[in-house]
Amino acid sequence: MMTAVRFQVVVFSAAFALCAAMNPALAQKSYDSGASDTEIKIGNIMPYSGPASAYAVIGKAEEAYFNKVNAEGGINGRKVKFISYDDAYSPPKTVEQARKLVESDNVLLIFGSLGTSTNSAIRKYMNEKKVPQLFVASGASKWNDPQNFPWTMGWQPSYASEAKIYAKYIMKEKPDGKIGVLYQNDDFGKDYLKGLKDGLGDKASMIVMEEPYDTSEPAIDEHVVKLKAAGAEIFISITTPKFAAQAIKKAAEINWHPMHIVSNVSTSVGGVIEPAGYEISQGILSASYTKDGSDPQWNADEGMKRFYNFIAQFNPKANKLDAGVVFGYAAAQTMVKVLQMCGDNLTRDNIMKQAASLKDFEPDTLLPGITINTAPDNFAPIEQLQMMRFKGKTWELFGEIISSDLGH
Amino acid sequence: MSAVEDVVEGHEAVEAVPKRAMTLGTGTSVVVLLLLIAVPLFAKNFVIFQLTQLLYLGLAVLALNILTGGSGQFSLGQSAFYGIGAYVTAVMMEQFNIPYFLCLPVAGVVCFGAGFLFGQPALRLSGVYLALATFALATAMPQLLKLNFLEKWTGGVQGLVVTKPDAPFGLPMSQDMWLYYFTLVVVLAIYIFSVNLLRSRSGRAFMAIRDNEIAASAMGVNVALYKTLAFGVSAAITGVAGGLSAIAVQFVAPDSFTITLAIQLFLGMVVGGVGWLPGSIVGAAFIIFVPNIAEGISKGLSGAVFGVLLFLVIYLVPHGARQVAILGQQLAGRLRKN
Repeated sequence: MMTAVRFQVVVFSAAFALCAAMNPALAQKSYDSGASDTEIKIGNIMPYSGPASAYAVIGKAEEAYFNKVNAEGGINGRKVKFISYDDAYSPPKTVEQARKLVESDNVLLIFGSLGTSTNSAIRKYMNEKKVPQLFVASGASKWNDPQNFPWTMGWQPSYASEAKIYAKYIMKEKPDGKIGVLYQNDDFGKDYLKGLKDGLGDKASMIVMEEPYDTSEPAIDEHVVKLKAAGAEIFISITTPKFAAQAIKKAAEINWHPMHIVSNVSTSVGGVIEPAGYEISQGILSASYTKDGSDPQWNADEGMKRFYNFIAQFNPKANKLDAGVVFGYAAAQTMVKVLQMCGDNLTRDNIMKQAASLKDFEPDTLLPGITINTAPDNFAPIEQLQMMRFKGKTWELFGEIISSDLGH
Repeated sequence: MSAVEDVVEGHEAVEAVPKRAMTLGTGTSVVVLLLLIAVPLFAKNFVIFQLTQLLYLGLAVLALNILTGGSGQFSLGQSAFYGIGAYVTAVMMEQFNIPYFLCLPVAGVVCFGAGFLFGQPALRLSGVYLALATFALATAMPQLLKLNFLEKWTGGVQGLVVTKPDAPFGLPMSQDMWLYYFTLVVVLAIYIFSVNLLRSRSGRAFMAIRDNEIAASAMGVNVALYKTLAFGVSAAITGVAGGLSAIAVQFVAPDSFTITLAIQLFLGMVVGGVGWLPGSIVGAAFIIFVPNIAEGISKGLSGAVFGVLLFLVIYLVPHGARQVAILGQQLAGRLRKN
């Protein structure tokens, strides 16, 4: 006991002496609460329970990625402490958990919290407290608003970006086509529809019919019939999985064969295509920005090799077919990149500055050619996607990487 | 009488609580009140926020307690009234710039109307059937809040951000602390009102209906009126609680007022002890803190852990916090004798 105490005293005095000696060097290191010489505390909020708990794999993949970074020596010598709480997808609970992370756990920032209304609930608080709310896991376009909310940034391509890409594709392939849109009557659907119109610009009159549906409707057959009757040759289905499958089935049933585009959220082969039927799904179009963990074409890909190694070593329970794992890996990699760029200046100010100056960063699990770029006036990290077509039993990528930026 | 009738009549589930047993003794009340006043002075803002949550959720549980413990009617639709209250407050504050302390009474009045109206058809139903009807109300509410023609005011699915009020008269306290004391005053006022209500003529009428409807009407109690009145009062208090929650959380969205909330409130009432008003705060504490404890034990199985804890409570102390309080009282009495 005595020796232990004495040893501690020695260590403390040695440390003190060192500090005194290195004072000029220390002056260059700056920290906000949550960061120190040895540790960076990152907060996260995920729906581990409740209606959206299928997304919890994202949080688990992120946690595993930070474990991997720690096992390899941390970020500039600092270990990441990842504190992830459950909000059950309920906005009031998100507020409670965010306040707990910021005020009680003293995290440096909140990373990758999931959901649109949950993140909306804490956006004002985070900006008032000036704590970074980085790489929000939601496709709403509202996260790209650096003027009003300089502490909040999205990550994935917004629904509007994706819709703009379809607009570009349509204007190139079928410039005189008539477009029929089926959209879910909520923020997801409306964001999308707006992006589509913005993308079409003065050719928005190509849309001959906009048909909303509510998630409470048991079947959407009637809407599909209406769209066919309106003479649409291009069918854009802004739908969630259950309804996307219904629309594919109904179109085949009434012998309607338009150019059929489904939104990226409904491209799951197991969840949409298989229930609708492989045969009638041939030729359906969509767009993607991540590599598919189940696609053998990536077996020789360097990035995916690292991803598969990561799964084997740090996240063995994860299902690599689950798009959430690929997503969480890439998002966590982006977070680590930003922290590396911060060097020894781990203030919240500098974190936002570095997050807004990412240049051509390529996470391992994004499609080749898709890069992450941000600027002080552009808080939308991913804005590119690649078109894909359903062929046989898989999605086949084709064409170039398309950017939603209208100038390019 | 068959088993089914037993359930429908609901005599078993809502035990008759004598009205004196509905409240705390004076000494205990003073201690609890002093604690509620003193604790925030020494706590961090986050803890104060949690305590505020405790107070307004406690208020919502109290409202359900008046309905179920007082008049013997079940409701799984309290989240609907809570949501209406929250939205009325948020829309008035943000779209019409009305001060928050004026919004709360309006939220109460609107919810009283909604509750009273809903009480009319509910008159024909009792027991599990009433629970089911109110359940329908709770499931419908999030969708009604998303309606297009209301979107101008409610913000639709995006919800509405609410500005937190500062402490008035330049008082040197944080927004959280001010809101806590404001909530405490509102909750205390409503608590005292509720205790007096249950001790009044109306309260006796409620309890007479709860214990035996036919006997009550034979005594001259207007059963229909008092049943709807109980619904109205309960809805009004729930609405005020919802309004307080909108101010404290600074955000309202349809997703905040789902059936899960209604079930949580129901749970809070049972854990706190049906018909025992002070138990409402204990019940609220259970629904706020126990999920956090469960999450701390196991993230993947937090739901299962919560279930086990809930099961233990129901198994060991079926009458909830009231039973614990009575046991404590007996123990104290025995110690005093020795």
